[in-house]
Amino acid sequence: MNITKLIITSTFAALFSLSVGMARADDADFKDFGGKEGMTKIVDDFMVNVLADPRIKDKFAKTNIPGLKHMLTEQFCELTGGPCKYPGRDMKTAHAGMGVNNAMFDALAEDLQIAMEKAGVPQSAQFRLVAKLAPMQHDIVTK
Amino acid sequence: MRLRSIAGSALTVAVLGIGTRPVLAESMPAPDQGKLTATGGVSQVEGAGGGGLTPWALISGYGSRDSYGGNLHYTYLETQDYSLGTYGIAVGFFDRVEVSFANQEFKGTDKALNGVKIKQDIVGLKVKVAGDAVYDQDSLMPQIAVGAQYKRNTGISGLEGLGVHKTTDLGAKDNQGTDYYISATKLFLAQRLLANGTVRFTKANQFGLLGFGGDKKDSYQAKFEGSLAFLVTRQIAVGAEYRAKPRNLSIDEEKNAYDLFVAWFPTKNVSLTAAYVDLGDIVKPFNRTKQTGPYLSLQVGF
Repeated sequence: MNITKLIITSTFAALFSLSVGMARADDADFKDFGGKEGMTKIVDDFMVNVLADPRIKDKFAKTNIPGLKHMLTEQFCELTGGPCKYPGRDMKTAHAGMGVNNAMFDALAEDLQIAMEKAGVPQSAQFRLVAKLAPMQHDIVTK
Repeated sequence: MRLRSIAGSALTVAVLGIGTRPVLAESMPAPDQGKLTATGGVSQVEGAGGGGLTPWALISGYGSRDSYGGNLHYTYLETQDYSLGTYGIAVGFFDRVEVSFANQEFKGTDKALNGVKIKQDIVGLKVKVAGDAVYDQDSLMPQIAVGAQYKRNTGISGLEGLGVHKTTDLGAKDNQGTDYYISATKLFLAQRLLANGTVRFTKANQFGLLGFGGDKKDSYQAKFEGSLAFLVTRQIAVGAEYRAKPRNLSIDEEKNAYDLFVAWFPTKNVSLTAAYVDLGDIVKPFNRTKQTGPYLSLQVGF
């Protein structure tokens, strides 16, 4: 086995071990978001980004923002393994008739990523939340 | 439905636009840059959206399924005795179809083949046929695309003394050829991994730089290509790639290619890829050294 092949084989192995990581507690991601207090701050910041984002802000012109923030905080809390239960309607019902297109869905995701980065949420926890939100595209994007 | 209505309005625009260019320009929607950062991949060495060595099933650019987007790229790699410069353009439509063009210039930079130049044009087409690499996080279904790369080798200079003007003079059966491929790409977001597997049906010798088919073999062979990348952040990926290649020419005991790369996506308009490539032996009777070296690629998009 030559040097390059050895380097590449060990890189593959290292990538796998990095990504699989160690066993984590069920609410480890929630703790990485700073618990309920941290999550509330991140959602606040997320909504500041959204309402300033020319790609999507018009979609929220008639939205009850405090109500939406509460829903998002509960939802993200539940998705990261925190002690919450999202009380809202399912994604399909909640977004019916809103005419959300794919670029808007991704713009929203980006605004969340920016808020998580600003809060210093560890990358692994950020990616795991995005992984849970991504398939919602199927129900949310209707246009 | 969506595709049809866009195609319909594009047709209307085209019809209205006859003889009145401004109408076309004004009616053309701006690219939406709707896709998430890095999800268009970078420009692989033959101009398609992918990693460095291999095409991925991702569609180049940041146009969402309602729009279009594309990019220009320049890639330069240098080994002990050779260099390869590639420039090109790739445009993605509706996150479904990708059209690309690339021009490659391969040079001998040292020893026996110093001063030799080989040029090649590549036109690529890729169509996403199933799945979505990003949104299907709730299943193992990858994004799948099929593609073709038509390559036309435009000749060899610097070996006139040996009577060599084109690749057929080196033993290739043809100076042009088409590779066909199928790629499956999956983002495992929770694990921060991107995995790609490509099977390429090809007759190309050294990517086509030494022509197509040869004295040893002149039939299509299925060759595997793989990429695995770790997402350090949503803007930085590091990974490794492998590309198997045919061995058609007795003059060139062709080897498989490998690379280690880091790609950085500071904005949706720019990406930069740095890699270390191992191309193995290239016409060993002339240059006995194994060819390895740095690879740099800049992509600028809209």
